[in-house]
Amino acid sequence: MKSFLKRFRRDTGKSPKPSAEGRQGKGILVFRSTGEVIRAERVLRAKGKKVRVMGPPPQIQTGCDMVIEFALMEQLEVKRILGDVGLEPLGVVPVDSPLLTPVGLYHVKELGAYLMVRAANMKLTVERGTGLIVNVSGGGCPDVPYLAQELVGQNLREAPQPLELGHTLCGYALQMAFEEAMRRCLQ
Amino acid sequence: MLAVVGTVPERLPQVLEGHVSLNQERLFLAGQEIAVGRGTTALLAAAAKTASLLGDSPPYACLAGDIGTGEGSLRLYSHLAQKIGSWGARVIAFHYILPDVDWHNRVLLAMDTLSPRPILIADAGYMYVAKMSGQAQSYDLFTPDVGELAFLADEQAPHPFYTRGFLLKEEDRLPELIARAYKNEDASRCLLVKGTRDLVATQEGIQAVIQEPVVEAMEAIGGTGDTLTGMAASLVAAGMDVLRAAVAAARANRLAGRLANPTPATQIQEIISKIPYALATVMGSR
Repeated sequence: MKSFLKRFRRDTGKSPKPSAEGRQGKGILVFRSTGEVIRAERVLRAKGKKVRVMGPPPQIQTGCDMVIEFALMEQLEVKRILGDVGLEPLGVVPVDSPLLTPVGLYHVKELGAYLMVRAANMKLTVERGTGLIVNVSGGGCPDVPYLAQELVGQNLREAPQPLELGHTLCGYALQMAFEEAMRRCLQ
Repeated sequence: MLAVVGTVPERLPQVLEGHVSLNQERLFLAGQEIAVGRGTTALLAAAAKTASLLGDSPPYACLAGDIGTGEGSLRLYSHLAQKIGSWGARVIAFHYILPDVDWHNRVLLAMDTLSPRPILIADAGYMYVAKMSGQAQSYDLFTPDVGELAFLADEQAPHPFYTRGFLLKEEDRLPELIARAYKNEDASRCLLVKGTRDLVATQEGIQAVIQEPVVEAMEAIGGTGDTLTGMAASLVAAGMDVLRAAVAAARANRLAGRLANPTPATQIQEIISKIPYALATVMGSR
């Protein structure tokens, strides 16, 4: 945890101010990598836990990271569930100010026979009639070219979910675009 | 000399460094063949084609393999902090890498001692970390798309994934987003904003708008932003000033797209093959 906290964002005086409303009873789980966060979220949700992926507080931001928000009163059970699958958070931190919220907006553009769905900085383009993934664009994290390589040419129904292969926030955003494309193409 | 720094989606055991060669749309670096796809390889291929057209030496590349775990990115940061000063590069373009503020600052520190200081270009993950570190003004050119511009304009967002909705809704008001990014000191000296209309901007406002030819499918094609950055970087390395290089690259990229007659299913290799003719046309018409 100590080495993790050493990687603070440079203090630019731009940190969001704490809100009066706070988040009493909430805590965050901090992990070594975004890949571990993605895995932990999946495991906890499968066990029925109400968790949310959020942006870390400014004091512990390193660059491409997210944390899991959960109910503090469930801390012991949550840690046990994670321990059962070999996941150990770097730390558990109570939260008393608002966290950054992931982008929830989608931009959808029709391009002839194709549909381009954008979530945050990631764009997924599919052939509407067939669900064939024809292109992945946008993004900047290193799993983006890898995800594009693995997904392009596959059908939405059969392709691996981006979260299964991705490790970063860009991978997470691509998952959101993927799910929106599924909703629109395969209803 | 142009140096290009980034990652490729392969499991390379170590950081590869050297001049690249491009042969029949395949990249060769330090005895290793690397397939050209979207990402840093597309940037390198575009830069190599531009350099060849201008009679320059091919770009120098420093690449690590990384499929997103960050292991290759950390190897690359560490390598850069030790070696970047020895390259003698006039221009360095930083590209796909896992953002890490601490390592970014170490690399920037290693470049601060260089004289003359290289011209610095950042796109993709390196642009994200340059902004997040509060050091955007150390860079000469960022090449965001419209969504990434909203991220640069959001002083609270550490990554485009957290850009606040009210800014994402402002995408039809690009001059305001550009002004906000500069006001917050989260923009480079020059911005090349990729979109339906490409904009070249500085602190003083929009300097050029490039909107012809219109090739709507290009937005969907992964790698079109990478080729644009690659051409711009190579032109700057050849001595063109950053603003003029951004304008010429934007024009050539659109023309290369038009020449490929693309659909949203077209892959970037088809557009890369049109770059020499497109760039020669744009340079000849200046």
